[in-house]
Amino acid sequence: MGSPGTVPLLDLDLQGSVDAILADLREVVEDPTFPTVARWREGGGRVLGHFQVYFPEELAHAAGMLPVKVRGAAVERRSADSHFGSYICSILRSSLELALSGALRPDLFVTHPICDAARNLAAIYGRNVSAPAQILYLPQNANSAHAADYLSQEYRRVLGDIEGVVGRRVDDASLRRSLEVFNENRRLLRELYALKREMPWLLPVHEAYVLLAIGGLIQREEHNALLASLLPRLRERAHRPQDRMRVVFEGGFCEQPPLELLRAIAEFCYVVDDDLLIGLRWLTEDVPVAGDPVASLATAYLETSSYSPVQHDLRKPKERMLLERIRGAKAEAAIIAAAKMCEPGLDEQVAYAQALDEAGVPYFITEFEEQMTGFEHLQIQLETFVENLLFA
Amino acid sequence: MTTPAAEERTGRGARDGARLFREWFADLTREAKPGEKTGYVFVMGSLVELLRAFDMRVVFPEITSLQTAVRKVSDEYLSLAEDHGFSPDVCGYVKADYALQLRRGDHPMGRIPPPDIAVLTNACNTYLKWAEIWERLHHVPTVTVDVPGSRGLPGSVRTSPEGHERDRRYVELQIRELIVELERVTGRAFDIDRLREVLGHTNAMGRAWRRMQELNRSRPAVYDAMLEGTIYLGVANAMRGTPEAARYFADLVEEMEEKAARGISPLVDREERHRLIFVGVPCYPIFRRFYQLFSEWGGVFVGSTYMWFASGGLNDDFEYDLAHPIESLAEGTLRGVTSAVDSMLFHDKVLLDAIDTFGADGVVYHPVKSCRTVSTGLADSRRAILEQRDVLCLYVESDMMDKRVVSEAQMKNRIDAFFEGLESRRLRLEAAT
Ligand code: SF4
Ligand code: SF4
Repeated sequence: MGSPGTVPLLDLDLQGSVDAILADLREVVEDPTFPTVARWREGGGRVLGHFQVYFPEELAHAAGMLPVKVRGAAVERRSADSHFGSYICSILRSSLELALSGALRPDLFVTHPICDAARNLAAIYGRNVSAPAQILYLPQNANSAHAADYLSQEYRRVLGDIEGVVGRRVDDASLRRSLEVFNENRRLLRELYALKREMPWLLPVHEAYVLLAIGGLIQREEHNALLASLLPRLRERAHRPQDRMRVVFEGGFCEQPPLELLRAIAEFCYVVDDDLLIGLRWLTEDVPVAGDPVASLATAYLETSSYSPVQHDLRKPKERMLLERIRGAKAEAAIIAAAKMCEPGLDEQVAYAQALDEAGVPYFITEFEEQMTGFEHLQIQLETFVENLLFA
Repeated sequence: MTTPAAEERTGRGARDGARLFREWFADLTREAKPGEKTGYVFVMGSLVELLRAFDMRVVFPEITSLQTAVRKVSDEYLSLAEDHGFSPDVCGYVKADYALQLRRGDHPMGRIPPPDIAVLTNACNTYLKWAEIWERLHHVPTVTVDVPGSRGLPGSVRTSPEGHERDRRYVELQIRELIVELERVTGRAFDIDRLREVLGHTNAMGRAWRRMQELNRSRPAVYDAMLEGTIYLGVANAMRGTPEAARYFADLVEEMEEKAARGISPLVDREERHRLIFVGVPCYPIFRRFYQLFSEWGGVFVGSTYMWFASGGLNDDFEYDLAHPIESLAEGTLRGVTSAVDSMLFHDKVLLDAIDTFGADGVVYHPVKSCRTVSTGLADSRRAILEQRDVLCLYVESDMMDKRVVSEAQMKNRIDAFFEGLESRRLRLEAAT
């Protein structure tokens, strides 16, 4: 049986060119057969699938499971659509499709009521997929003095179910080791994003995305080694800065835009910050390793965390957080995207647009779908948007 | 043809309900008394008893929104919100309310005062997005009470009395925090005896509510759970915790008992031919017509998940323990919200029970564009029910606010075909016996 960090899941030549490594990673990230997960399973490993946005993956990692971020896929939906109504986003459908087709069928599946649609997923999954599916209620009353205690107990409950899957107890020492691994991962991801902000010409958004997203498909030790090896090499790339607009991309917290869409944006803009797969970067600081590791993780979720349209916290009004992101990244404009049929994303677009209007920050509103192809129209609109600003 | 006597028999609950509703709107429309505050709450986990204990006026924005559709003006409100950037694809209730706020509370039934505080639970995520709008528009406090519900399909996750008590305790601690906030907003001290009194009224109403549901097992049924049920729901929510509501439902039970004893059906001009269960939210833009499309065929909704998830836990056989009002309010809120959410997400077993106990021969699923909370899993639920019971299921999609996605002609075709199926099944069954 696989144990943390012992099974290399990527077949990469880390000595090869950066471009070649990125191309290989892109293939893995886009592969709807989930080869890294298959390899983990070949080694006898168990898999915990967690639906967007955030899950304390350390709990699974400490138990020797592979935590896999379930974030849909651009697959042909043969069965899933008949389980949903018409007005439902694509990620839910494709995530179910992956399970129904067997392409990604975790040993334990955890969802969160992040939105009205996703709160139904555990039930639909439970009725149709033999693996256990459950809901983790992350607190929405982040401002209660009791939310951290509640969450800590809730994490312990989930940990109990994880222990049931792996058939052994998970002690605090293992949890602390996992915290250290993930702290290192968070540090490396912060570095990755710092590079994007400081020298965006070295790391266009679609490449940065691949380096981030692969983390949801492999063990974090391997991700750490990959990032540690690549980050210095990315800084040495011979790319020259170009006269492109610095933008923030907002709207990738749940359903993911196709990589091609990100590449299309990169042709006109430097995406200097974004919320793509924000759950992988949800905790913004190191989680203290001393003390009760589960309580520390719970506190970090509430106290040192990012923001998204699906978490309610009076201390973090989303529009203010977005403005901070824009200012922090010295961006000149924002792309405010939402997945089609995504209620929280679409609602937030209104608030973002009003706040950006008031702050005088130009923005470009768009909708996307993970399955979409053909980005010429978007490119023309974006090009016009950028030109209007450049020549205003 | 409807006779005056029949009207009299079947219309009392509806008439009194409409009067109570008008009075409620009139009360919201009048000038606030000095120091009087207004709270906005939602039907799932409203905690309205707590606000009443502070003598606040209470607005249920879901109800004020749906009334714009019933009064056939929702399109004006939706367009105004969409002009301000809201997508056609998001919950119509939110958009109607957003427009209502922009129009300074101007509503077809009166004028809705702005909130001084909003109280919500996590029973629907759109509640959270909605409350954020009030934070931005009115800069008022909003308090979200987390109510952790079932963690999976019954039997699929471990549950324990200790786990339940942990959740209850979390709800209680948040309620205690809410009380402090309400004291701050209203400038009044919390009066636990007043809360006791209010909870007592809800207890009485709950007993009557459950009895009323039971009575609909009679053949013929005594009310239509989609048409009249919606009126009862409105009163149960808007008036919850008042003596008027308790009295209204006591009268209603009396009326229903009599109807059951005398075999009086809500269908005044035809016999009950098909007993149906309604799943989802009614089609308010054509509410009366929507009902007729079923009643014309002798179809009666004997049960409805709407009366379950939107009743604030009244279906649950639970009464507040007046000796421990806060602890018990926490228990009731946890159970009520859990059962509401279960009735939308994990309703297979309860639907099967309802089919059996009400002797239903058809299930009508009405998913709506606006409400993903209710609608996301209905196609899947339909598959599950069809596998387990010999009933016919109709799955017809539209909206409860947005007339643009309501196609009456298409709907009629589907509903007629459904009833033709029910009729031929009935003939087959009759021939076999
Ligand atoms: S994309 Fe939006 S609607 Fe769909 S699951 Fe994610 S948050 Fe929910
Ligand atoms: S999404 Fe559904 S439950 Fe939520 S506010 Fe809208 S109509 Fe009500």
